[in-house]
Amino acid sequence: MIKRICLVGNPNVGKSVVFCRLTGVQVIASNYPGTTIEITKGYLEIGKEKIEVVDLPGTYSLEPSSKAEEVAVSLLKEYQKDEIIVINIVDATNLERNLYLTLQLIEEGYQTLVCLNMCDDTKHRGITINAAELEKFLDVPVISTCAVTGVGIKLLIQRLSCSTSFYLAGSSFTGKEVKLITRNKLGHRERWQEIGRIIEQVQHLEHRHHTLREALEDASVRPFPGLIMAMGIIYASFKIVRFVGEFIINRITDPIFFNLYKPLLEKISSSLGEKDSLYHFLYHLFIGDLINGKIDFKQSLGLLTTAPYIEFGMVLPYLVSFYFVLSILEDTGYLPRLAILLDNILHRLGLHGYAIISILLGFGCNVPGILTTRILESKRERFIASTLISIGVPCMPLQAMIFGLLGSFGGFYVGGVYLVLFSIWIILGIILNRSLKGYSPELLVEIPSYRLPPLSILGQKLLLRIKGFLIEAVPVVLLGVLLINILLFFRLFDFVSGVFAPIITGLFGLPKETITALLIGFIRKDVAVGMLIPLALSAKQIFIAATLLAISFPCIATFVVLFKELGFKDLIKSSAIMIVTGLVVGTILNFGIIH
Amino acid sequence: MKKISLVQMKEKQKGKVVEFVDGSNFVNKIMSMGIYPGRKITKLSHFVFKGPITIKVGRTVLALGHGMASRIIVEIIE
Repeated sequence: MIKRICLVGNPNVGKSVVFCRLTGVQVIASNYPGTTIEITKGYLEIGKEKIEVVDLPGTYSLEPSSKAEEVAVSLLKEYQKDEIIVINIVDATNLERNLYLTLQLIEEGYQTLVCLNMCDDTKHRGITINAAELEKFLDVPVISTCAVTGVGIKLLIQRLSCSTSFYLAGSSFTGKEVKLITRNKLGHRERWQEIGRIIEQVQHLEHRHHTLREALEDASVRPFPGLIMAMGIIYASFKIVRFVGEFIINRITDPIFFNLYKPLLEKISSSLGEKDSLYHFLYHLFIGDLINGKIDFKQSLGLLTTAPYIEFGMVLPYLVSFYFVLSILEDTGYLPRLAILLDNILHRLGLHGYAIISILLGFGCNVPGILTTRILESKRERFIASTLISIGVPCMPLQAMIFGLLGSFGGFYVGGVYLVLFSIWIILGIILNRSLKGYSPELLVEIPSYRLPPLSILGQKLLLRIKGFLIEAVPVVLLGVLLINILLFFRLFDFVSGVFAPIITGLFGLPKETITALLIGFIRKDVAVGMLIPLALSAKQIFIAATLLAISFPCIATFVVLFKELGFKDLIKSSAIMIVTGLVVGTILNFGIIH
Repeated sequence: MKKISLVQMKEKQKGKVVEFVDGSNFVNKIMSMGIYPGRKITKLSHFVFKGPITIKVGRTVLALGHGMASRIIVEIIE
């Protein structure tokens, strides 16, 4: 009885795309090794049965060498070998290397079905593979697919359904069955020799001249043109994020809020009748305070005013533009190249180049950033990377609010926040690297070919991420604003701000009410920055408060992930580092900057 | 034939892997990625200050740290 279908394969062969096609479950797929760090489950209906399908992180062999690979291998061992079917996804443009895992799987006695993916890409690379011949050599079914376009997936499902273990009536399919076969176990060297023999028979290579793509691929891994390209790409990415974000705000969201939503709200609020104390409370809750007799989206702090404006009018536009740019960088295959170029610098911080992918994801939201540190090899590295991300990498909602709030004082202050965070990052990284026991492991990573991602795929991924954001953020924001209002209404913050006044006012030079914003930062950073607006702070004060918000408590979601990934002891360590950094930096900024 | 490490190879030079210097974990990993004695490789680039090295193995481009590269011994093919 088959209980589970596992998708197994080398990193970056398109397992997640095949998974989407088989189960209809949307997962994030990119063009770099290590996109999938968690196991995703879905179901495939074969006849009347619903079989569990699991998308595993990529692995080169059945002897794992990172946490993500460990997860993959341990999942294979959860059931008996006759209870699972392994779909081994193979990159057809890279058959030789991929066959190593294939042979290992077959030798270990897994019921295997080989899915020869990316078949569309072989033609213009001058590769011809005889799938029927390969089937003969391996003695397991081989199906050619192109998961991105969906070619071959139907056949794949058909082949699955006629495997011996399902006993479906009417499946009159002739061809190789998925079944248990025995194959001698080989050592590394014999296995490669065997692969060499197979390749010689099934693969035909045509010599092709260097294409422009290959020239670009080579140039971007060399120090000289590579670093200049990298600087250009990073600068352009940042500019595009700002430009697209501002465009959406000015042309789409602001007109909707100010021309449609606001008049509607004002009509409702003015038509409401007599004022008793309950009315007061509800008015305070939903609309908030009127500024000069009018609703002010940034300052009113109501559930129907500021809450939606922060999320949809200030944060969402930048989130859309950020994930749009990030998806392009991910899917073209540029990120691992950036990792090589930055490897040297990141080694000084106790990390290696590949950590840059976690860091970039952290700029969107710290949670996926910290989750992806699983692709790093050692615990020490994961601790450093997670700590640096939670302290020194501001998430997109926070950044969007900083643009909105500090942008009006000039680019100097916005740039200042980044400069301060970057410096903290370098200094803290060096300190952690020097003081923690152990050493940072070396980079060992495969560099994928450049691919031009289809727009539809980019769009799907953007939609998936935005949906994820809305589902997770909106309830929390509403809850946060509700909580703030109740606390403000009953003046409960007064006590807390009194306690923290010496630190907030004495060290950071901020009015004591700022503590409420810093505390709310624990729930959501964007709402926290929003709370700074009514305080009428000077540019310097906003600058300090925004920087502190970036450094200090990560939001609750990040906190939970840190706990899950690092464990309690390291979470406390990480938090202590955070608090000390916040205190030191806040004080330095306050006394160091002459206004 | 002269045996040198991957680090000592020049950019764009081709070579054949001969052996590895110690470390069974490292050898397991690198063998599963397609680098094994007898395999032909081309060095693509080299970063200064003990930075990473990139090589082409078959159709795969790999980046590996300086330390790892110094443990892979190759024979130059003219």
